[in-house]
Amino acid sequence: MKSYKWLLPIILLGLWILIYFNLQLVTNWLIDDIFKLTQGKHITDALRFFIFEVPKVLLLLVLIIFVVGIIRSFFTPERTRKALEGRSLFTGNIMASMLGIVTPFCSCSAIPLFLGFVESGIPLGVTFSFLIAAPMINEVAVILLFGMFGWKVAAIYIGTGLVIAISAGWVIGRLKLEKHVESWVYEIKADHAEGEEEKIRLTDRIQAGYTAVKEIVGKVWIYIIIGIAVGAAAHGYVPESFMANLMGKSTWYSVPLSVLIGVPLYSNAAGIIPIVSVLIEKGVPLGTALAFMMAVIGLSLPEMIILRKVLKMRLLLTFVGVVTIGIIIVGYIFNTIY
Amino acid sequence: MEIKILGPGCAKCKTLDKLTHEVVEKNGIKATIIKVEDIMEIIKYGVMSTPALVIDEKVVLKGRVPSADELKQLLTK
Repeated sequence: MKSYKWLLPIILLGLWILIYFNLQLVTNWLIDDIFKLTQGKHITDALRFFIFEVPKVLLLLVLIIFVVGIIRSFFTPERTRKALEGRSLFTGNIMASMLGIVTPFCSCSAIPLFLGFVESGIPLGVTFSFLIAAPMINEVAVILLFGMFGWKVAAIYIGTGLVIAISAGWVIGRLKLEKHVESWVYEIKADHAEGEEEKIRLTDRIQAGYTAVKEIVGKVWIYIIIGIAVGAAAHGYVPESFMANLMGKSTWYSVPLSVLIGVPLYSNAAGIIPIVSVLIEKGVPLGTALAFMMAVIGLSLPEMIILRKVLKMRLLLTFVGVVTIGIIIVGYIFNTIY
Repeated sequence: MEIKILGPGCAKCKTLDKLTHEVVEKNGIKATIIKVEDIMEIIKYGVMSTPALVIDEKVVLKGRVPSADELKQLLTK
């Protein structure tokens, strides 16, 4: 039985490679030989795009989520906290932002996590770096950007997300806003007895990979299909100039405007991708589109309401303000470079 | 035996609560199940990722929902 558990992922990986690298072939065969669609027509192109992209992005998603699930079984919030204890401000900000990417995080755990960090003496600014990076640099967002716009866009997203998390956390740390955390937070005495850490075997980690795929892919697949369908349909059908005029490069206020629209909105990473793909398709510059996306998934009204329990209004507004400004700056920089 | 489910009310916390009730009933385990939603209480257990499962004041699981089999093992140990 033991060897079987080892074998399964390897067989699946083989299958994955076989399918992934033959997708274009199968798509062309379906479009040209089975449906016999006229080449060069809009509908043919749209269909070809859809039939190719949906399995491609889903395959990428399954593989990477599986790997991420395994990686995450090595990073618990407790371990992350331990790694951050006693770090100086700047180093702490960098580490917290990077750990924010790999540590399992769900916005419903934001409060226990915040309290756990602050209670063990991790500086406020470092804690914020973690809280900014964790939701914003989301694995689903990264995979989708990679699948639909290529590795450069995905890398830009991770890089700028890190820069925002590090610098925003650092700024908040320098502002010395500790007294604007609700005072009861400092009175908490938590149980620090580590207890025995759960023994995790390799098979458990592989299982964690399967669980992650089931949970995440099970939740987001529908958004991806919709996103690609919208992308395929919009291809050439909406007047190009409409969006481009509204959010285009020439309008200086396009970045702040899209960020301000994005901040109160909340969507999971998968839900926002369809919109971003349409925006980019319609000539909205990359920086503006990415800034909008970061604003939507990085900051949200529900999260603010949760955080209000532990942060006084002034600190909460500072947090939102600093992150918003960071996103806007990043948006401008990218519009200038690209 | 006293079982506590720690969780401020997210989807996974509800799943764990339901699963625990099911496993306890199915196996005839004598236990009281308490759902703890107060964040102050949760923090006292040193838990940073919810849901968490506490058996007789000891945290045995945190941050995930176990399978029914695993949960049964934890509860009958």
